Amino acid sequence: MSDQATAPAKRRAPFRFNPVWGLLIVLIIAIVVMNPGFAQPTGYMNFLKRAAPLAILAAGQVYVIVSGGFDLSVGSLITLVVVGASMLTNNDPSATYWVIPLMLAMGLGVGAINGMVVCFLRVPSLIATLGMMITLNGLAFMWSGGAPRGYLPDTFRFFGRELIRDVPMVRFIPVSVIVLIVIGGLLAWAMHRTNLGRMIHAIGDNPLAARLGGVPVNRVRITAFMISGLSAAVAGILLGGFAGVSTDVGFGYELQAITAAVLGGAQLLGGRGSVPAAIGGALALTAIFTLLNFLGLPQPVRQVVQGLILIAAVALAMHRRERTGT
Amino acid sequence: MKHIVQTTAAATALAFCLTPVYAQNFNDPEEFAKQQAQLTATANGPADQPWVQYIGDAMVENAGMEGPATVCFSNAGVNNPWRVVGYTNMLEELKLHDSIGDFVHVDAEGSDDKQIADINDLLAGGNCDVMIVSPNTTAALTPAVEKACEAMPVVVFDRGVNTQCPVTFVHPVGGYGFGIQGAEFIKDNVDEGANVLMLRILPGVDVLETRYSAGRRVLDDAGMNIVGVEFTDGDNAKTKSIVEDYLMRGTIDAVWMDAGATAVAAVEAFEDSGYDIPVFVGEDQQDFLRKWQDEGMTAIAPTYPTYQWRTAVIAAARVIEGEAVPGPEWVLPQPTITQENLADFVNPAMPPLHYAMCGCETMDNYPQAWGAQ
Repeated sequence: MSDQATAPAKRRAPFRFNPVWGLLIVLIIAIVVMNPGFAQPTGYMNFLKRAAPLAILAAGQVYVIVSGGFDLSVGSLITLVVVGASMLTNNDPSATYWVIPLMLAMGLGVGAINGMVVCFLRVPSLIATLGMMITLNGLAFMWSGGAPRGYLPDTFRFFGRELIRDVPMVRFIPVSVIVLIVIGGLLAWAMHRTNLGRMIHAIGDNPLAARLGGVPVNRVRITAFMISGLSAAVAGILLGGFAGVSTDVGFGYELQAITAAVLGGAQLLGGRGSVPAAIGGALALTAIFTLLNFLGLPQPVRQVVQGLILIAAVALAMHRRERTGT
Repeated sequence: MKHIVQTTAAATALAFCLTPVYAQNFNDPEEFAKQQAQLTATANGPADQPWVQYIGDAMVENAGMEGPATVCFSNAGVNNPWRVVGYTNMLEELKLHDSIGDFVHVDAEGSDDKQIADINDLLAGGNCDVMIVSPNTTAALTPAVEKACEAMPVVVFDRGVNTQCPVTFVHPVGGYGFGIQGAEFIKDNVDEGANVLMLRILPGVDVLETRYSAGRRVLDDAGMNIVGVEFTDGDNAKTKSIVEDYLMRGTIDAVWMDAGATAVAAVEAFEDSGYDIPVFVGEDQQDFLRKWQDEGMTAIAPTYPTYQWRTAVIAAARVIEGEAVPGPEWVLPQPTITQENLADFVNPAMPPLHYAMCGCETMDNYPQAWGAQ
């Protein structure tokens, strides 16, 4: 299979009907039936605000998944960003202006290390990023001593917590939703409209063919991990802003991000995946949580239903792939 | 912390299944009544030092031993902020006792298996004169504690064991008391039929189940309308989302919580959605106390005092010195922080999850040793 033959099809992928959007629409309708208040701006804007960190994380994770890997370190990277930011800002509102760029740089740096370990030390990405996850959790623990040591100033929390009010039509827009639109748009563009995106697809589909075709495999793979690390840093800034400091804020996010990407039709082991659909997957995942909250089912029933819906949704995505042969 | 709590919960659930003999009833009317009475009982001892006070009159005599003696401590874990504060209290208290020579600390990291092995290792080492145990779970640690009792005097604190062999079991009034204190405050501050949201961390943990069952009993008896009971996993973001969802569906007049680590996130949900902050039950974490003071909230903070970690050391020292200790249970008073004494406990220099009811303010290294800036 040649790179050129598959690339044009991939470029159109985000605009072809993806079952994740159907799932999302069904879930949203169910939520609105359960709770008509959801159709009001307060309802859906709160929902988008809540989903934004996971959506950005999933959009970054798609880069690594399409390139043929996993990034399990993103959850602990979120924790490290929140803990680190609270220690570095030290209650000083003006520190935000250098702490945020530093946190973004840390995300890129962790991604670069992940990528280099995978490329040059030949450690499978599952193990490399698992090791990084454990390392970062330990670092966050050492830095904080196991309990939060400071608060995040309001300037830092602006991105995750504040609303822009008096907006026509919708009354208000959370800042985190704007961040989601900007970052999501950039990541979708880079994945589906640039050469970088084509090369990431190529190395995930067939690394040998890609290398023979002149793709700088290592550089592209490291870039994919760096984008994932950056998305985790952004998600950490939003989560810390939304809910404040805690020492386990990122726990479980790595698997949620991978689940969201797969719900959006990304193929584990690489070669296929879409940024908008991964964001759709993140919204669908958040909608499942919200719907089950509204249904008021007991916790254990919720977990059973949640698990079954996930398996069914991914099975649906796979079924569609078989039928279309893509 | 969350996964550790979940592991603990799973271990508790497993122990629960395997040992029906020890099956615990988390909604026991007798225990409820007993703790309700203890909350209002007058404690013996100096009122300004609640960590040496005790409720009830039973005492246990001790033969004493030659000092300075070695005290060994088998600790369930230092895996959450409550235990970090408590362990700091303990280290500072040790400096006050000449009769305690060496202090050996082993951390079970939240694992029953490791703690059982730790206790066996301490016994095999043969260096311990007195042992302090803070059990990870009740049923699983009982045989190990019984074995330790045969070799030396044992002091148990925080969670108990199903045996009377330790010299004393140091603990505050308990989970029922905690639940009662918060729910009574809600009853006194809202009208009958008011909407109350109950937020819990997770199901299946004994100390949390009793807080809930007692709180629920008081609120139901007072004719409150419980709009929901939700599990937060101790996660700030989830807590805030849950409260926002409830606010979309109707008004909330009071929030009851079984622990206060996520209380500030719950308060912020009201602020960010543009609602007045209702009556709140939190806990003695500094971030909640500060929020309460800054926003002028109507609130109460029941406590599960970390000063019991001091009491365990004091009990061990008295065992060595041959003094009597309250026993077989040393029931400590369990005070609440209210509007009247709030200002005494707020200290902006302390970390957000510092537990203010530490009885540590007059100790030599306060506040630096507890992480103050």
